[in-house]
Amino acid sequence: MNVLVMGCGEIGALVATSLWQEGHLVSVIDTSSDRLRRLPRGLQQEAVLGDGTQEDDLKRAGIESMDAFVAVSSEDVDNIFAAQMAKHVFMLERVTCRIDDVARYQLYSELGLDAVSAAEAVSGLILQAVNG
Amino acid sequence: MYVIVVGGGKIGHHLAGSLLRNEHEVMVVERSAERCESVRRELGNIAIAGDGCDEETLMRAGTARADVFIATTGRDQDNLVSCQIAKHRFMATRTIALVNAPSNGRLFEAVGVDVWVSSTDVIVDRITEELPASSLVHLMTVRSANRQVVGIRIPSDAAVVGRSLGQVSLPADSLISFIVKRNGTLLPPYEDSVLGTDDEVVAVTTAEGEEILREALTGTM
Repeated sequence: MNVLVMGCGEIGALVATSLWQEGHLVSVIDTSSDRLRRLPRGLQQEAVLGDGTQEDDLKRAGIESMDAFVAVSSEDVDNIFAAQMAKHVFMLERVTCRIDDVARYQLYSELGLDAVSAAEAVSGLILQAVNG
Repeated sequence: MYVIVVGGGKIGHHLAGSLLRNEHEVMVVERSAERCESVRRELGNIAIAGDGCDEETLMRAGTARADVFIATTGRDQDNLVSCQIAKHRFMATRTIALVNAPSNGRLFEAVGVDVWVSSTDVIVDRITEELPASSLVHLMTVRSANRQVVGIRIPSDAAVVGRSLGQVSLPADSLISFIVKRNGTLLPPYEDSVLGTDDEVVAVTTAEGEEILREALTGTM
Protein backbone atom coordinates (compact mmCIF):
# COMPACT_ATOMS: atom_id res chain seq x y z
CA MET A 1 0.00 0.00 0.00
CA ASN A 2 1.15 3.57 -0.75
CA VAL A 3 0.67 5.76 2.30
CA LEU A 4 1.24 9.48 2.76
CA VAL A 5 1.73 10.61 6.35
CA MET A 6 1.28 14.29 7.19
CA GLY A 7 3.17 15.44 10.28
CA CYS A 8 6.48 14.10 11.50
CA GLY A 9 6.23 14.69 15.21
CA GLU A 10 6.65 11.76 17.58
CA ILE A 11 3.38 10.17 16.48
CA GLY A 12 3.86 10.80 12.76
CA ALA A 13 7.41 9.48 12.76
CA LEU A 14 6.34 6.39 14.69
CA VAL A 15 3.36 5.67 12.43
CA ALA A 16 5.45 6.21 9.28
CA THR A 17 8.30 4.04 10.52
CA SER A 18 5.99 1.21 11.59
CA LEU A 19 4.13 1.20 8.29
CA TRP A 20 7.43 1.25 6.43
CA GLN A 21 8.77 -1.67 8.48
CA GLU A 22 5.60 -3.58 7.66
CA GLY A 23 6.60 -3.22 4.03
CA HIS A 24 4.36 -0.37 2.86
CA LEU A 25 5.57 2.39 0.60
CA VAL A 26 5.53 5.43 2.84
CA SER A 27 6.06 9.15 2.22
CA VAL A 28 6.05 11.78 4.95
CA ILE A 29 5.25 15.46 4.58
CA ASP A 30 6.08 18.09 7.20
CA THR A 31 6.80 21.81 7.24
CA SER A 32 9.95 21.35 9.33
CA SER A 33 13.13 19.74 8.01
CA ASP A 34 14.25 19.26 11.61
CA ARG A 35 11.25 17.08 12.34
CA LEU A 36 11.72 15.10 9.14
CA ARG A 37 15.18 14.12 10.44
CA ARG A 38 13.44 11.91 13.02
CA LEU A 39 12.81 9.40 10.27
CA PRO A 40 15.12 6.37 9.98
CA ARG A 41 17.76 6.67 7.28
CA GLY A 42 16.01 4.44 4.76
CA LEU A 43 12.86 6.54 4.96
CA GLN A 44 14.64 9.90 4.73
CA GLN A 45 14.47 9.91 0.95
CA GLU A 46 10.68 9.73 1.12
CA ALA A 47 10.52 12.86 3.25
CA VAL A 48 8.84 15.84 1.62
CA LEU A 49 9.31 19.32 3.01
CA GLY A 50 5.93 20.97 2.54
CA ASP A 51 2.57 21.95 3.95
CA GLY A 52 -0.02 19.17 3.95
CA THR A 53 -2.85 21.69 3.89
CA GLN A 54 -1.70 23.01 0.50
CA GLU A 55 -3.03 21.19 -2.51
CA ASP A 56 0.15 21.75 -4.52
CA ASP A 57 2.37 20.38 -1.77
CA LEU A 58 0.19 17.30 -1.42
CA LYS A 59 0.50 16.71 -5.17
CA ARG A 60 4.26 17.13 -4.95
CA ALA A 61 4.22 14.47 -2.21
CA GLY A 62 2.45 12.16 -4.64
CA ILE A 63 -1.02 12.09 -3.10
CA GLU A 64 -2.56 11.26 -6.45
CA SER A 65 -0.94 7.83 -6.46
CA MET A 66 -1.58 7.07 -2.77
CA ASP A 67 -3.92 4.45 -1.35
CA ALA A 68 -4.10 6.01 2.09
CA PHE A 69 -3.56 9.33 3.82
CA VAL A 70 -2.81 9.80 7.50
CA ALA A 71 -2.99 13.30 9.03
CA VAL A 72 -1.22 13.22 12.39
CA SER A 73 0.37 16.63 12.88
CA SER A 74 -0.10 18.32 16.25
CA GLU A 75 -2.59 20.80 14.76
CA ASP A 76 -6.17 19.50 14.79
CA VAL A 77 -7.49 22.03 12.33
CA ASP A 78 -4.71 21.41 9.82
CA ASN A 79 -5.27 17.65 10.10
CA ILE A 80 -9.01 18.04 9.58
CA PHE A 81 -8.52 20.28 6.57
CA ALA A 82 -5.90 18.05 4.93
CA ALA A 83 -7.88 14.87 5.63
CA GLN A 84 -11.02 16.28 4.06
CA MET A 85 -9.01 17.45 1.09
CA ALA A 86 -7.58 13.95 0.65
CA LYS A 87 -11.10 12.56 0.86
CA HIS A 88 -13.13 15.03 -1.17
CA VAL A 89 -10.63 16.48 -3.63
CA PHE A 90 -8.24 13.56 -4.15
CA MET A 91 -10.97 10.96 -3.55
CA LEU A 92 -8.93 8.70 -1.27
CA GLU A 93 -11.00 6.18 0.65
CA ARG A 94 -8.58 5.41 3.41
CA VAL A 95 -8.08 8.62 5.34
CA THR A 96 -7.23 8.77 9.04
CA CYS A 97 -7.11 11.97 11.00
CA ARG A 98 -5.74 12.80 14.45
CA ILE A 99 -8.02 15.18 16.35
CA ASP A 100 -7.01 15.97 19.92
CA ASP A 101 -9.87 18.27 20.91
CA VAL A 102 -12.64 15.98 22.17
CA ALA A 103 -15.55 18.12 20.89
CA ARG A 104 -14.05 18.30 17.40
CA TYR A 105 -13.22 14.60 17.51
CA GLN A 106 -16.87 13.78 18.18
CA LEU A 107 -18.14 16.12 15.48
CA TYR A 108 -15.91 14.81 12.73
CA SER A 109 -16.46 11.20 13.74
CA GLU A 110 -20.19 11.85 13.28
CA LEU A 111 -19.45 13.44 9.92
CA GLY A 112 -17.81 10.22 8.79
CA LEU A 113 -14.15 11.11 9.10
CA ASP A 114 -12.03 8.27 10.46
CA ALA A 115 -10.72 10.21 13.47
CA VAL A 116 -8.39 9.23 16.28
CA SER A 117 -8.19 11.24 19.48
CA ALA A 118 -5.14 10.92 21.70
CA ALA A 119 -7.23 11.59 24.82
CA GLU A 120 -9.83 9.03 23.81
CA ALA A 121 -7.24 6.41 22.87
CA VAL A 122 -5.09 6.83 25.97
CA SER A 123 -8.01 6.92 28.42
CA GLY A 124 -9.39 3.79 26.73
CA LEU A 125 -6.12 1.96 27.26
CA ILE A 126 -5.93 3.13 30.86
CA LEU A 127 -9.47 1.96 31.57
CA GLN A 128 -8.62 -1.38 30.00
CA ALA A 129 -5.56 -1.69 32.25
CA VAL A 130 -7.47 -0.69 35.37
CA ASN A 131 -10.28 -3.10 34.65
CA GLY A 132 -7.75 -5.84 33.99
CA MET B 1 -30.06 39.83 11.68
CA TYR B 2 -27.54 38.42 14.12
CA VAL B 3 -24.24 37.82 12.35
CA ILE B 4 -21.15 36.07 13.71
CA VAL B 5 -17.91 37.12 12.07
CA VAL B 6 -14.91 34.90 12.76
CA GLY B 7 -11.65 36.78 12.29
CA GLY B 8 -11.10 40.41 13.24
CA GLY B 9 -8.40 41.14 10.67
CA LYS B 10 -8.75 43.63 7.86
CA ILE B 11 -11.70 41.91 6.20
CA GLY B 12 -13.56 40.82 9.34
CA HIS B 13 -13.14 44.21 10.98
CA HIS B 14 -14.46 46.14 7.97
CA LEU B 15 -17.24 43.66 7.38
CA ALA B 16 -18.37 44.01 11.00
CA GLY B 17 -18.40 47.80 10.64
CA SER B 18 -20.41 47.61 7.46
CA LEU B 19 -22.93 45.19 9.00
CA LEU B 20 -23.34 47.46 12.03
CA ARG B 21 -24.02 50.47 9.79
CA ASN B 22 -26.73 48.38 8.14
CA GLU B 23 -28.22 47.89 11.59
CA HIS B 24 -27.38 44.25 12.04
CA GLU B 25 -26.29 42.79 15.34
CA VAL B 26 -22.71 41.56 15.09
CA MET B 27 -20.25 39.53 17.16
CA VAL B 28 -16.63 39.21 16.10
CA VAL B 29 -14.64 36.18 17.27
CA GLU B 30 -10.93 36.90 17.13
CA ARG B 31 -8.00 34.95 18.51
CA SER B 32 -5.66 37.88 19.07
CA ALA B 33 -6.42 40.06 22.12
CA GLU B 34 -4.84 43.01 20.37
CA ARG B 35 -7.11 42.79 17.33
CA CYS B 36 -10.13 42.27 19.58
CA GLU B 37 -9.24 45.47 21.39
CA SER B 38 -8.96 47.35 18.12
CA VAL B 39 -12.44 46.15 17.04
CA ARG B 40 -13.87 47.19 20.43
CA ARG B 41 -12.20 50.59 20.31
CA GLU B 42 -13.61 51.39 16.89
CA LEU B 43 -16.91 49.53 16.77
CA GLY B 44 -17.98 49.03 20.38
CA ASN B 45 -18.19 46.01 22.62
CA ILE B 46 -18.82 43.46 19.88
CA ALA B 47 -15.75 41.22 20.00
CA ILE B 48 -14.80 38.21 22.02
CA ALA B 49 -11.27 36.84 22.22
CA GLY B 50 -11.12 33.19 21.34
CA ASP B 51 -10.57 30.49 18.76
CA GLY B 52 -13.28 30.36 16.09
CA CYS B 53 -12.62 26.63 15.68
CA ASP B 54 -13.50 25.97 19.29
CA GLU B 55 -17.07 24.88 19.99
CA GLU B 56 -17.12 26.43 23.46
CA THR B 57 -16.00 29.83 22.12
CA LEU B 58 -18.62 29.74 19.38
CA MET B 59 -21.25 28.93 21.96
CA ARG B 60 -20.23 31.93 24.07
CA ALA B 61 -20.47 34.11 20.97
CA GLY B 62 -24.11 33.06 20.59
CA THR B 63 -23.73 31.06 17.40
CA ALA B 64 -26.86 29.09 18.24
CA ARG B 65 -29.05 32.11 17.54
CA ALA B 66 -27.04 33.50 14.62
CA ASP B 67 -28.81 34.02 11.30
CA VAL B 68 -25.56 34.15 9.37
CA PHE B 69 -22.11 32.82 10.18
CA ILE B 70 -19.13 34.27 8.31
CA ALA B 71 -15.51 33.05 8.56
CA THR B 72 -13.00 35.62 7.34
CA THR B 73 -9.60 34.64 8.69
CA GLY B 74 -6.48 34.46 6.56
CA ARG B 75 -6.30 30.69 7.04
CA ASP B 76 -8.56 28.50 4.93
CA GLN B 77 -8.16 25.66 7.45
CA ASP B 78 -9.72 27.77 10.20
CA ASN B 79 -12.47 29.13 7.95
CA LEU B 80 -13.48 25.64 6.88
CA VAL B 81 -13.52 24.08 10.34
CA SER B 82 -15.36 26.98 12.02
CA CYS B 83 -18.07 26.89 9.34
CA GLN B 84 -18.45 23.14 9.79
CA ILE B 85 -18.81 23.48 13.56
CA ALA B 86 -21.36 26.29 13.10
CA LYS B 87 -23.32 24.23 10.64
CA HIS B 88 -23.34 20.89 12.39
CA ARG B 89 -23.20 21.88 16.07
CA PHE B 90 -25.23 25.09 16.03
CA MET B 91 -27.39 24.41 12.99
CA ALA B 92 -26.34 27.67 11.33
CA THR B 93 -28.56 28.04 8.27
CA ARG B 94 -26.19 30.21 6.28
CA THR B 95 -22.44 29.76 6.48
CA ILE B 96 -20.16 31.95 4.39
CA ALA B 97 -16.41 31.48 4.12
CA LEU B 98 -13.60 33.55 2.77
CA VAL B 99 -11.34 31.33 0.68
CA ASN B 100 -7.77 32.57 0.48
CA ALA B 101 -6.42 30.01 -2.02
CA PRO B 102 -8.85 29.88 -4.96
CA SER B 103 -8.27 26.16 -5.58
CA ASN B 104 -9.63 25.39 -2.09
CA GLY B 105 -13.10 26.42 -3.24
CA ARG B 106 -13.85 22.84 -4.33
CA LEU B 107 -13.27 21.55 -0.81
CA PHE B 108 -15.51 24.20 0.78
CA GLU B 109 -18.21 23.25 -1.66
CA ALA B 110 -17.75 19.51 -1.10
CA VAL B 111 -18.21 19.75 2.66
CA GLY B 112 -21.32 21.90 2.37
CA VAL B 113 -20.26 25.44 3.26
CA ASP B 114 -23.17 27.44 1.81
CA VAL B 115 -21.26 30.22 0.14
CA TRP B 116 -17.55 30.68 -0.39
CA VAL B 117 -15.89 33.78 -1.71
CA SER B 118 -12.39 33.72 -3.11
CA SER B 119 -10.80 37.09 -2.45
CA THR B 120 -8.20 36.46 -5.15
CA ASP B 121 -10.85 35.68 -7.76
CA VAL B 122 -12.89 38.72 -6.78
CA ILE B 123 -9.91 41.04 -7.09
CA VAL B 124 -8.74 39.54 -10.39
CA ASP B 125 -12.25 39.77 -11.86
CA ARG B 126 -12.67 43.32 -10.67
CA ILE B 127 -9.39 44.41 -12.24
CA THR B 128 -10.05 42.49 -15.45
CA GLU B 129 -13.37 44.26 -15.68
CA GLU B 130 -11.54 47.58 -15.87
CA LEU B 131 -9.38 46.49 -18.78
CA PRO B 132 -10.71 48.04 -21.97
CA ALA B 133 -9.97 44.93 -24.02
CA SER B 134 -12.15 42.55 -22.03
CA SER B 135 -15.53 41.94 -23.55
CA LEU B 136 -16.84 39.50 -20.94
CA VAL B 137 -16.82 39.87 -17.17
CA HIS B 138 -18.14 37.52 -14.50
CA LEU B 139 -20.61 39.35 -12.32
CA MET B 140 -21.83 36.53 -10.12
CA THR B 141 -21.94 32.77 -9.74
CA VAL B 142 -25.19 30.97 -8.99
CA ARG B 143 -23.65 27.79 -7.61
CA SER B 144 -26.79 25.84 -6.95
CA ALA B 145 -27.79 26.18 -10.60
CA ASN B 146 -24.20 25.85 -11.86
CA ARG B 147 -24.60 29.10 -13.76
CA GLN B 148 -22.75 32.36 -14.14
CA VAL B 149 -24.11 35.86 -14.49
CA VAL B 150 -21.91 37.64 -17.04
CA GLY B 151 -21.73 41.05 -18.63
CA ILE B 152 -20.72 41.29 -22.28
CA ARG B 153 -19.82 44.60 -23.91
CA ILE B 154 -20.65 44.85 -27.61
CA PRO B 155 -17.66 46.10 -29.60
CA SER B 156 -18.21 48.47 -32.54
CA ASP B 157 -17.18 45.86 -35.10
CA ALA B 158 -19.55 43.16 -33.80
CA ALA B 159 -21.91 41.62 -36.31
CA VAL B 160 -24.86 42.14 -33.96
CA VAL B 161 -24.60 45.94 -33.92
CA GLY B 162 -27.88 47.32 -35.26
CA ARG B 163 -29.65 43.96 -35.04
CA SER B 164 -32.48 43.09 -32.73
CA LEU B 165 -32.18 40.34 -30.11
CA GLY B 166 -34.62 38.19 -32.06
CA GLN B 167 -32.14 38.04 -34.93
CA VAL B 168 -29.28 36.81 -32.78
CA SER B 169 -28.93 33.08 -32.20
CA LEU B 170 -28.03 32.37 -28.59
CA PRO B 171 -26.94 29.13 -26.90
CA ALA B 172 -29.90 27.23 -25.45
CA ASP B 173 -28.57 27.27 -21.89
CA SER B 174 -28.15 31.05 -21.82
CA LEU B 175 -30.71 33.69 -20.98
CA ILE B 176 -30.35 37.43 -21.55
CA SER B 177 -31.50 39.31 -18.43
CA PHE B 178 -31.28 42.92 -19.60
CA ILE B 179 -29.28 45.30 -21.75
CA VAL B 180 -27.58 48.41 -20.40
CA LYS B 181 -27.48 50.95 -23.24
CA ARG B 182 -24.40 53.14 -23.67
CA ASN B 183 -26.27 56.08 -22.13
CA GLY B 184 -27.11 54.02 -19.04
CA THR B 185 -30.76 53.24 -19.74
CA LEU B 186 -31.98 49.71 -19.15
CA LEU B 187 -33.65 47.73 -21.87
CA PRO B 188 -35.62 44.53 -21.26
CA PRO B 189 -34.64 41.55 -23.42
CA TYR B 190 -37.48 41.83 -25.94
CA GLU B 191 -37.21 40.23 -29.36
CA ASP B 192 -37.14 43.70 -30.94
CA SER B 193 -34.60 45.27 -28.54
CA VAL B 194 -31.82 46.57 -30.78
CA LEU B 195 -28.17 46.08 -29.86
CA GLY B 196 -25.67 48.90 -30.31
CA THR B 197 -21.97 49.59 -29.88
CA ASP B 198 -20.82 49.62 -26.23
CA ASP B 199 -24.12 48.25 -24.96
CA GLU B 200 -23.60 45.84 -22.08
CA VAL B 201 -25.61 42.65 -22.22
CA VAL B 202 -26.16 40.96 -18.86
CA ALA B 203 -26.90 37.27 -19.22
CA VAL B 204 -27.13 34.03 -17.25
CA THR B 205 -25.11 31.24 -18.80
CA THR B 206 -23.20 28.02 -18.08
CA ALA B 207 -19.47 27.44 -18.18
CA GLU B 208 -19.95 25.77 -21.58
CA GLY B 209 -22.34 28.38 -22.95
CA GLU B 210 -20.13 31.30 -21.99
CA GLU B 211 -17.77 31.23 -24.97
CA ILE B 212 -20.58 30.62 -27.46
CA LEU B 213 -22.47 33.56 -26.02
CA ARG B 214 -19.42 35.78 -26.19
CA GLU B 215 -18.83 34.78 -29.81
CA ALA B 216 -22.50 35.38 -30.69
CA LEU B 217 -22.47 38.89 -29.25
CA THR B 218 -18.96 40.07 -30.05
CA GLY B 219 -18.04 38.09 -33.20
CA THR B 220 -17.40 40.09 -36.33
CA MET B 221 -18.88 37.74 -38.93
